[in-house]
Formats: sequence, C-alpha cells, structure tokens
Amino acid sequence: MQSILADTMFFPPERSSVAGSVDGLFDFIYYLSAIFFVGIVFAMVYFVLRYYQRPGHKEEPSPSHHEVLEITWSVIPSLLVGVIFFYGFTGYLNMREAPENAYEINVRASKWNWLFVYPNGAESDELHIPVDRPVKFLLQSGDVLHSFYIPAFRIKMDCVPGRYTSTWVIATDTTEAPDPNDENAKDGHLPMNLFCAEYCGEKHSAMRAKVFVHEPGEFDVWVEKAANILEGRSPAEAGEILFKRKGCAQCHSIEGDMSAKYAGPPLNGQWGTERKVTARGTTETVTMDENYVRESIRQPNAKIVEGRKPGMTVFTPQLLKDDEITAIIAYLKSLK
Amino acid sequence: MSTITPDTKLDIGHNDDPSSNYLTCSSGFLSWAFTLDHKRIGVMYLVGIFTSFFLGGLFALLLRIHLLMPNGLFPETWVNMNTYNQLFTLHGAVMTFLFIIPSVPAALGNFVLPLMVGAKDVAFPRMNLASFHLWVIGAIFFLIALFTTGLDTGWTFYTPYSIETQTNVIAATIGAFILGFSSIFTGLNFIVTVNTMRPPGMSWFKMPLFMWAIYATAIIQILATPVLGITLLLLMAERLLGIGVFDPSMGGDPVLYQHFFWFYSHPAVYIMILPAMGIMSELMSVYSRKPIFGYTFIAYSSIAIALLGFLVWGHHMFVSGQSPMAAVIFSGLTFSVSIPSAIKVFNWLATMYKGNINLATPMCYALSFIFLFAIGGLTGLFLGALATDIHLHDTYFVVAHFHYVMMGGTVIAFVGGLYHWWPKMFGVMYNEAWGRFFCLVVFIGFNLTFFPQFIMGSRGMPRRYATYDPEYQIFHQLSTLGAIVLGLGMVGAVAVLVWSLFNGRKAPANPWGAATLEWTCTSPPPFYNFEHAPHVGSPYDYSQLKYDPQVGGYVKDPNAKPASDHH
Repeated sequence: MQSILADTMFFPPERSSVAGSVDGLFDFIYYLSAIFFVGIVFAMVYFVLRYYQRPGHKEEPSPSHHEVLEITWSVIPSLLVGVIFFYGFTGYLNMREAPENAYEINVRASKWNWLFVYPNGAESDELHIPVDRPVKFLLQSGDVLHSFYIPAFRIKMDCVPGRYTSTWVIATDTTEAPDPNDENAKDGHLPMNLFCAEYCGEKHSAMRAKVFVHEPGEFDVWVEKAANILEGRSPAEAGEILFKRKGCAQCHSIEGDMSAKYAGPPLNGQWGTERKVTARGTTETVTMDENYVRESIRQPNAKIVEGRKPGMTVFTPQLLKDDEITAIIAYLKSLK
Repeated sequence: MSTITPDTKLDIGHNDDPSSNYLTCSSGFLSWAFTLDHKRIGVMYLVGIFTSFFLGGLFALLLRIHLLMPNGLFPETWVNMNTYNQLFTLHGAVMTFLFIIPSVPAALGNFVLPLMVGAKDVAFPRMNLASFHLWVIGAIFFLIALFTTGLDTGWTFYTPYSIETQTNVIAATIGAFILGFSSIFTGLNFIVTVNTMRPPGMSWFKMPLFMWAIYATAIIQILATPVLGITLLLLMAERLLGIGVFDPSMGGDPVLYQHFFWFYSHPAVYIMILPAMGIMSELMSVYSRKPIFGYTFIAYSSIAIALLGFLVWGHHMFVSGQSPMAAVIFSGLTFSVSIPSAIKVFNWLATMYKGNINLATPMCYALSFIFLFAIGGLTGLFLGALATDIHLHDTYFVVAHFHYVMMGGTVIAFVGGLYHWWPKMFGVMYNEAWGRFFCLVVFIGFNLTFFPQFIMGSRGMPRRYATYDPEYQIFHQLSTLGAIVLGLGMVGAVAVLVWSLFNGRKAPANPWGAATLEWTCTSPPPFYNFEHAPHVGSPYDYSQLKYDPQVGGYVKDPNAKPASDHH
C-alpha cells in the first residue's frame, strides 16, 4: 500500500523502505474511520434536527430491536477490522525479520545518551548508516528501559536491560550535514531525529540523537576514521570527543553551571582543587587528581560530592578503556 | 419548562421534610464520616473524587503551560525536567487511581444502584463505608508521596526505573494497593447487591442497562485488582529487600513487570469506561423518550467487553521485546474487543430514531460523548494494528487516543450522569442554559486540547517529554490553549451544580420522565429510600409517564394503557 497522506501534516517524511507501507495502512484506517465517523455524526445530527423536542412533536413507535440490522452492524465492522489486522501483522513481520546480510550496529542506550558501536569498533554518539542497505540494530540498555525510535523510518523498539532486542531498516535517502557557510551545498535532507520513546528518568527528553545517512563509499570512509579517535589527535582533543560521546556532558557542565540542570558537579577549573565528598557515610576532603578522576569513573558511587546524589553510570573497562580515561584526564586538565 | 413556577401546594415529589431527607435527617461530622447510608457515602465519594479531579487537572494545566515553549516556559528554578516528570506522573496517578476508577461506580453507582433495585441500601453497608475509608487512606498515602519527595516514575511504575529512583515509590504503591482494596469492596458489594437484592419482577433482562454495566465492571474489579495488589507488593519487596524478580542486575525481568501491570491495567480501562457506557444507555433512552434500541445486544456487549478485556493486555507491549507471535495474537484479540463498543454506539444512535429528543444538559453531554468516543474508539484501530502501532507507540497519538476515550468518554458521561441524577441527589434543579453553555465550552476545549496531539503524535512527538523539538511547537501551543478552555469549562460545569444547591428551584420526583425506580422516590430520597416497595415495570417504557407543567416534571398518566413489553 502506498500513502496519499504521506506528505501532509500527518507524517514526518518517509525515509525508509517500510515507511511507505506503514503510512499506507495508516491511510486505509484513516479513510475507513473517517467514513464511519462522518456516518455516526451525520446520523446523530440528523436525528437531533429531525426529532428534537418542540411543541407539536411527539415520539412515534418504532421497533426496540431489529436482529438483522444489529447483526449486520456487528459483522461488517468485524470483517473490516479483520482486514486491518491482516495488513497490520504482515507489515509488522516484515519489520521484525532482518535480512541475513544486514550491516549490524550495536546500540547501547544509557541514561541519557546513545552510543552506536560499528563492526570495526568505531563508536559514535550520532547514528551514521549507509543508504540502500539493510542495517540491523542490536539494542542494549545499560540501566533502565529506553526505546529506540526514528520517526522518519517508522521504527521503534525498546532497549531492555539484561537482554538483546533488535530492529532493522533500509534507509532510502541520504542526508547532508547542513553547512551554513556553503551556499552551493548539495541538495540533501536534514539529519533525522532519533528519540528515546520510553520514559527513563530526569533527562528522558534530552535523550535525542541525529541520524545521518551516507552514500556507501562515504560511509566506509567515515566509519574508518571514526574507529580511531586517539590516533592523530592530541589526548585533550580525543578526551573532548569522548566526554561528549560517552555521555559525560549530559550531567557535568563545563561552564561552571552548578544548577540542578546538571545532575553532577561542574568539571571546568576544578583540576587540583579540593572538594568535600561522602565516602561510605563519612565526609572527607579529596583533591581532584588523576586517581580521583579514575576512581570516579570506574566506581562512581565510592565518593559522592556533597550535595549530589549517586546515580552515575559505572564505566567498566568494556565501556571505557584505560587509554580513554587518560585522554579524558588530559581534557579535564585543559578546562579552565 | 423552567419558566413555570410549580404550585407550592402541589405535591411534586420533592422531599420537604428535613427529618426524612437523607441529607438533613442527622447532622454533625460523625453522622457523615461513619454513616452506613449508601447515599451519603456516594456524596462523600463525589466530593473526594472531584477534589482529586481538580488536583490532577491542576497538574495537567501546569505541565501544559510549561510545554508552550520547546525548552519549557517556566524558569528552571520553578519547573525543570525533574518537576515536569513529577507533574505528569502525579497527574496520571491521581487521575487514574483516585479519580477515574472510583468515579462512576463509587460516586454515582453507590447513590443510584440501591435505588434502582428499590432497596434500602447495598448488600453490605459496612463494607461500603470501609471502601470509602480505604479510599481516604489511599489518598493520604498519595499526598505523603506528593509532599515528601514527589514521584517521578510515571503512573505505570515501570521497572527498573521505579526500583532505583530516589522518589517515594513506596508511599505511592501503598496508596495504590489500598485503593485497590477500596475498589474490590465496591465491586463485591455491587455483585452481591445485583444478584440478591433485585425486587420481584426485575429479572436479569429487565434490569436497567446501567446495572448491567456496573455489574460487568464489578466482575473486572474483583478479578483484576488483586493482580495489581500482588504486583505492587512485589515492587515494594524489590525496592526494600532486593528480591530480584524485576531487577535485571539480579537476574530479574523488567518485562515481567509490564505483563503483571497491564494484566490489571488493561481491564482497568474497562473499569473506567463500562460504567460510563451504562450511563449513556440511560441518558440516550430517557432524553429521546424511546425504549433503548437493542437492549439485549447492549447488555451482552458489556459482559463481552468485561471478559475480552482480560485477553488483550499485551497490546501495551508491542515494542517491549515480547515475541512477534505474542504480538500478533494480542493484536488479533484487541480487534475483537472493538466490536462490542461499536455495537453500543450504533444502538445509542438508533435509540434516537423517531424519538422526542429533549436537549437538556445531560443529553448534550451524551451527544458530546458519542462524538468524542467515536474518535477515541476509531483511533484505537491505528494502535491495534501492529505495523502502525510500532510508529505511534509511546507518542502523543497514544496520549490523545487515551484521553479521547477516558476523558471524552468516561468524564463526559460522568458529568452527564451527574447532571442527570443531580435533582435526585440534592433535590434542586440547576440552570439549564448555563449547564448547556459549559457543556459546549468543555466540548470545544477538549477537542482543541487533544486533537492536535494526534497530529504531533503521528509526526513522531514522543510522550512524557519535558522539552521538545521546535517543529512540534504549534501543536503544543494549540493543545495548551485548549487545556485552559477545558479547565474553565470544567470549573464552570461544577460551579453551575454548586450554585444550584443554594439557588436552584425545588426538584420534582421525576424531572426527566425516566422509568427506572430511583425516580419513584422523592427528590432527594428519604433516609429509608422508599416508603413502599416500588412497582417494577420495564425500565425503558415511557408510555405511562406524562409531563405535568404544574409539577415541572413527569407524573404517572392515569389514562395510560399498560404498555406491551418490547423485550
């Protein structure tokens, strides 16, 4: 089924191979519903105008039941919902079964950011995929429930801690990062939105990312380059990328913002300074140095800065390598 | 008809004797707090329920105003993401557990059901009082949660977030647990009352349809609510003791929680809508002056909804990671439950055919219900179909669908029913013109609030977002504007009723010409309800009732022939 409503106010643009059939089914239900709704409201308004109470008007006898009529208006809707059910489930099965040759991307959701891991080890906090090629997303959650939702692709699947879920897509159009300085930029679609659709705590609504769709050649170049952040960059530059990509920036201000907008303490200008922390119920004073930062990343609940609550993700060596911590330390030192 | 001043000497069926009137026969706080009278318990529930409704409504208005701007209208220090999450959680929890589940059965059902069977009270008056006391205690626990740390889990308490959040989940779940017992007590009482206390001559198929609806609701209340109780106890044990049932870090399964939760909470939406459908059947028939069309189909469809409603909980979990096979089965079953609701709508419409439609305020609400419930029901088709639900799940489309059914359905029917039974409950007539006016305000405000939410939902706006992409702003602004109109309309609708308590003219026994038994006693009813056991006739036969302008209501027509029974 193809959609007539596709480019109307009802939908975001169609950018995947399944979007057309989803919108087509939506149309079918929409027009069917519209017919029923208009019929119901028409009958209601007609009866009111015809039979409203007024001088000289009296009710007239009519049958209080009519089996043929009642069975008819039970059976016809039953058949119609049967049709809706059929298209709904065939379309759904197509969306669940990924082809075997699909390019596989690991999606790790945690409060409140997305991490995409590509087969060559590259990681990114925005999603990059090749166009016209089946891409399978293997979804994981590091803490609570999240839901991986890309409206333009019409796909959604929950990320459940302790198990894998998956979904897949074939993107049909490429996107271009908009370049405000280049007036001759190629026509391309803007990057698409990726939302967390399952409520996951304080910054649920900030758990958004962008989706970039590349030509296959461009994608290969991108994914190669993305695989190695530490190489070819100074440790502080690599640390800055990691700081954003691993979600640190969601809870730690680098502009000295102490407000409740950020769950954790600000990190700029802090290097070498002292702070009061709570460690196993007792208050201590610690200096922000390499080992304190390392401990705060590996065991974030060991020492909690006064006035803050525990709740930071525990970064095991699988989530953040030692070299990467070193790069983050270099970045923190550079922050004034 | 309100222009005619009834002759005060004439017996219009108004209760003028303060020592007999249930409202004034005894006084003092204790005479209310420990009354066994179903009518007083109904009135106390009504006050409590409306207090909760306006509290929940206040939360809704605050969060809607916050959403005027993509990053929130209020300064961070006042409403930040955290406060927003608390607002939508408390809105949902208060509206669901304190307002809508007890709304029709506990307030109107308590008042009307014993009168409809011509009895003095429900089967277990003490249990009925206990149900109200439990409601108050449950409400106190909600207030404790509200005033300590708040609550930020969403009304669904999904694990594992509800296990690790710092807010007072325990107080809120104890509250919901206690409210569950309140609901069970009411349900049990109604089942026994309907089974054992019907008067001679009132066979099952001569019961008013409101009784069928309340009966079907009561079945769900006593079968489904215990599951909620068990689930909430497990959640508390998980938080306090770490038993590892739902917590994945201890080998538990958070999706199991969703199965448990929706096994109650899906049938619970039928606890919310079925009594409203019962009210609709009464209103459509009385105000059309016609017997209800297809009585048997409506009665059976209530039972069908109650039973099928237990089999569709999985449609809340199409993207939760449940198997595709389970999703397909739940989708199929979901469509089966749509048919009985459709049948009811067609039957209500057919009832108006060749009628004499009195456009009094309750009828205006009933017509409004048909319009809104049709939209609510039809948009359910998009969500029952798997392929479209994947896209629409957890977006504003679902929020709009849910509110069209629950608010456009249940709340509108509840207010319509309240206007219908108000003269009986308090013995006063309200101002018809203002009643209709605020019905229109509510109707306009409601559509303006929730229709834009369908569009932003299908455009991909996720629910429970404190901040959002600016592309959705126009829809949010329309919705907020609607919410303000809706809020004013609701306040107005209640103000018209409250005003009538002090200034309304005396109500006759049967102002609308209804044929059910509650209209045969005086308005308001005496403490003992009926002096003599009323004669049971067909609940929808209006041929023997005639409007008497001197009474300002309907009286038995001495010349009427006994009508032939249509069913």
